[in-house]
Amino acid sequence: MEKSIKRYWPVFVLPTMVAFVIGFIVPFVEGIYLSFCEFTTIKDAEFVGVKNYIAAFQDANFLGAFKFTTVFAIVTLIFVNVLAFLVALALTQNLKGKDIFRTVFFMPNLIGGIVLGYVWQLIFDAIFQKFDTALKLDETLGFWGLVILVCWQQVGYMMIIYIAGLQAIPVDIMEAAMIDGATKTQRLFKITIPNMMPAITICTFLTITNSFKLFDQNLALTGGEPLHKTEMVALNIYDTFYGRVGFEGIGQAKAVVFFIVVVAIGLLQLKVTQEKEVQQ
Amino acid sequence: MMNKKAFGVLATLFFTIISIVFVSPIFIVLINSFKAKTYINYETFKLPSADSYIGLDNYKTAITQYDFVKAVGWTVFITVFSVAVILLFCSMTAWYITRVVNAITKTIYLLCVFSMVIPFQMVMFTLAGTADSLHLNTPWGIIIVYLGFGAGLAVFMFSGFVKSIPTEVEEAALIDGCSPIQNFFLVVIPMMKPTFISVGILEAMWIWNDFLLPYLVLDIKEFKTISIVIQYMKGSYGRVDMGAIMACLIMAIIPVVVFYLSAQKYIIRGVAAGAVKG
Repeated sequence: MEKSIKRYWPVFVLPTMVAFVIGFIVPFVEGIYLSFCEFTTIKDAEFVGVKNYIAAFQDANFLGAFKFTTVFAIVTLIFVNVLAFLVALALTQNLKGKDIFRTVFFMPNLIGGIVLGYVWQLIFDAIFQKFDTALKLDETLGFWGLVILVCWQQVGYMMIIYIAGLQAIPVDIMEAAMIDGATKTQRLFKITIPNMMPAITICTFLTITNSFKLFDQNLALTGGEPLHKTEMVALNIYDTFYGRVGFEGIGQAKAVVFFIVVVAIGLLQLKVTQEKEVQQ
Repeated sequence: MMNKKAFGVLATLFFTIISIVFVSPIFIVLINSFKAKTYINYETFKLPSADSYIGLDNYKTAITQYDFVKAVGWTVFITVFSVAVILLFCSMTAWYITRVVNAITKTIYLLCVFSMVIPFQMVMFTLAGTADSLHLNTPWGIIIVYLGFGAGLAVFMFSGFVKSIPTEVEEAALIDGCSPIQNFFLVVIPMMKPTFISVGILEAMWIWNDFLLPYLVLDIKEFKTISIVIQYMKGSYGRVDMGAIMACLIMAIIPVVVFYLSAQKYIIRGVAAGAVKG
């Protein structure tokens, strides 16, 4: 069969590949190259070596953004997953109205980041002005504002994955444990959680990568205010590129560093997932 | 037994309250969309009063002054056609590279997986430049950009499905005289239907809500999507019309909620499938 299909590649593969080269391969390769150049448009690039990378690592805002993003990723990782897991546990019990609750909790996930950011900005501004402050004036408020927004958006999504995981646990294991006299807590820690490890791994990495790549919500809710203090890595790169002229090369170098970090997280995920699969 | 029942009622009550709190931000935006703009910042949590209520004026402003209907139109156009193109071409590519195994098809697959992990900031400047030089800065051209950038996830998910279906059916069709093209469209596609729905929903959610890619690629003087209009209104220097923004937020949220409620089953299945594979 392979032979008969083979010569049809111009039909099956070519259209996607042309778009893939335009939309991904060319911009990616150019991006790597330009990170070693000084430029304002693609055409006036001049090779300058690792100068951009040195400048990127000397930029306090960039390092601050990395720190902010890392702390943010850890905090959202804990909050989103603990909340989603608890909600999933509750909503897999025999509870009246559980389907409606699931529907409600999942909904914010479908709304775009820009829209969500401005919805929450209205709420936070209204609350904080009663205390004579504002989200954009205080970095701690900005940080927790973003945490609340991201929890609100993602708890429902992770809940769905946890529910799927909970429903996949074989009933007979649970029954055997009940007959052996295991308490509720024992069953949770000795059976439910170990059996949920694949779902937990997926959700953990999804929340980490989502937080690392967060852009729209950051732009809309705080815009990095005050003074770049709530700026995350993606927004910092954007500002470097488009905030002022002459820093495009540094922006591209930052983007390459960002890309390496995100890929490293992805590879770590692959490794952890594979180890888990071996164990089971 | 009674105790358990009481607990169940309490739990339902608890989740009802949580659910109301959960949707309240959207409800607050809704009530503010009926208020005059000067009241929004000071009476955010109050229901519209005789003084502040202005009916649908904010919606009229959003539609007449900020061309919101046009933005919805372009967003629908870009989303529908990009998703259609992605589904058609990526399912074809995925079938081919799964059935014809050699160094090239393996490389294509790996590149697709690789492209899924890349943060957009890595390619945004160069992608905008490439798109501009190829005149892809229109709603028609951006479809090609979306095909290229959305191919990773789609090819990956379709390949995963094609690997799971036995080749016997296709071989039988081949013996019966089907060409590979007939084989794909008449035999393979009908089997792929659930994956089509999952991939379609994931890509549609992404493209509908996307902000930065269209903002950088499109000629935004002429073509704006919903996210771009909202960002534009809010980010524009000078006077920010809070009333019109509230109306726009509501008009942006309503189609999504309607779509969600009417296709909830498929959306949740699609999201779960995408998560497990991603």
